[in-house]
Amino acid sequence: MKGKVIEVTIDNIVGEVMNMKNDGQRFVTFSTYQEAEGKLGILYHFDKDLEDTHLRLVVDMDKPIPSVSGVFFGALLVENEIRDQWDVEFDGLVLDFNRTLYLDPEVTQVPLVSNVKIEPKK
Amino acid sequence: MLFTPTVVKNLLKKPATRKYPFEVREPFPNFRGELVIDIDSCIFCGMCVRKCPCQCITVDKQAGTWTCDLHECISCGYCRDHCPTKCLTMKDTHRKPLLEKTAWVEQGTPPKPKKKAAAKKEAAPAEAEKPAAKKAPKKKADKK
Amino acid sequence: MATTVIPFGPQHPVLPEPVHLTLKVEDEIVKEAVPALGYVHRGLEKLADIRDYHQMITVCERVCGICSMIHGTCYSQCIEEAMGVEVTDRAKMLRVIWSELHRMHSHLLWLGLFADAFGFESLFMQFWKVRERIMDINEATAGSRVIVSVNVIGGVRADLSPDQLRWILSELDVAEKEIKEMQDTIMNDYTVKTRTCGVGVLSYDQAYELGAAGPTLRGSGVASDMRMSGYGAYGELDLEPIIETSGDCWARSTVRFREVLQSIDLVRQAISKLPEGEIAVKVKGNPPAGKEVYARVEQPRGECVYYIKGNGTKHLDRLRIRTPTFANIPPLLAMLPECELADVPVIVLSIDPCISCTER
Repeated sequence: MKGKVIEVTIDNIVGEVMNMKNDGQRFVTFSTYQEAEGKLGILYHFDKDLEDTHLRLVVDMDKPIPSVSGVFFGALLVENEIRDQWDVEFDGLVLDFNRTLYLDPEVTQVPLVSNVKIEPKK
Repeated sequence: MLFTPTVVKNLLKKPATRKYPFEVREPFPNFRGELVIDIDSCIFCGMCVRKCPCQCITVDKQAGTWTCDLHECISCGYCRDHCPTKCLTMKDTHRKPLLEKTAWVEQGTPPKPKKKAAAKKEAAPAEAEKPAAKKAPKKKADKK
Repeated sequence: MATTVIPFGPQHPVLPEPVHLTLKVEDEIVKEAVPALGYVHRGLEKLADIRDYHQMITVCERVCGICSMIHGTCYSQCIEEAMGVEVTDRAKMLRVIWSELHRMHSHLLWLGLFADAFGFESLFMQFWKVRERIMDINEATAGSRVIVSVNVIGGVRADLSPDQLRWILSELDVAEKEIKEMQDTIMNDYTVKTRTCGVGVLSYDQAYELGAAGPTLRGSGVASDMRMSGYGAYGELDLEPIIETSGDCWARSTVRFREVLQSIDLVRQAISKLPEGEIAVKVKGNPPAGKEVYARVEQPRGECVYYIKGNGTKHLDRLRIRTPTFANIPPLLAMLPECELADVPVIVLSIDPCISCTER
């Protein structure tokens, strides 16, 4: 993957993101993937003058994750989308839609956790 | 005021719209339109079934039928590109609107020489199966 | 001072796609805006579990109808990088030609809708009349008007003959003449300027910190264009990002208009530099397990980010798409306070909202 990847932990994530902001980096987005059973990998992507920098964070899905929407206001939509897709909690989210941003209130199945691989019909 | 020259030009020229359906434009040759199959050259290999992104084609090799669900088809042309005998082509006009949902089934002749070879093979393994069946329970008894 | 709550609903004559904003208004001045999305969520990222990676191109192209070729290009580039496939130069240049044609027709569509937002219907019809020429070029060369579906993994699947290239150049000459006739109106007309100058101002620092993308960012003075990083064949073409400094709706509209003229110039350059060669390379195998690829391209609305994680099988582990309108919604929430209620449709339309991209 192009760009530098820095590993962070749950304790220093907000500090690292604040460093990125003071450095003049522009916030791009987050990407998430399933690291292992019950663990979620989050990649924070930043950009400055067309060069990419990434921060990688691996968390357990049942503990709340510190939110960076106080540092970057633009992160609030992505964090709400991650709440919808993986059913995790964010600590300190500025505007919380409580899993109704995309999904309807009565939907209980979590989209990206239930791994359904259907074989194409013969 | 800056737009006035354009307004005057539009008033003096003929309208920019065509009176469809009384006047129809010439179709472009590369347009991906309605799917057409030449069922006599089809060998029922099933390549189009595997490549279709919407899974709208079904092929039955024994009965020799080729079915396409017209309302699922997105006219992408992947089946036409991957067909080994080139029996699928696309016309350069759209399919006309239909009044009710019909299934499009083409009946062709199922591949015959393979059936003859299959018949020969059925005779041979039937003979080989009997001694194999006798051997198999012995082997299983040993393993257990 | 009476406070009212007005829903800027999912159905509105000016919106091309449904988005809902709840506006808190005090005597016609908007104080606060809260968005509500989710009207066209289709769950396309989950479809990567069911369709294999060759069939996913057709899904990625249908994330957005207007920028469909560029979504397909970005996805193909990611898979080609993951599998180590080298695309021929002719295929890269052909992809650039169709991408720039898409950028032209998207901006012409937006310019028409923008004129319609403040009631100038005749200008709307003029822009869409020019756009029909570009749609005819798409149909004659690639096979379809809007979703051209000409990308495959390893290259493209339609070629341009020398006759077609000459025809494209002559059509672009006529289109350029017609577009330049409208330049005076869209940039200098008194009505247009009164409705758009000073409306929805976004400063340089705000646009940079909130993560805006595309003409929203370039209209505030930040010179950032993904095409400068030289992906595909853009490294061989000559281009500069177009910026305006005032940060209001007029600036964003001018950036898009000038980008149409820049795209015509880029297509002419690409046609003159088109190399000979094959148009596609055969691809075998699957994306390797554990390999992550991250790519950014420039769509008409801004920068689009694709993140792909391979699995070793023919299905992908994770496909993540972030489209430019998703990044432009927080700046919209920062532009709306302290504006008049009648300016809200013009401001919402000036970020070029493509909600079906946002909520794929």
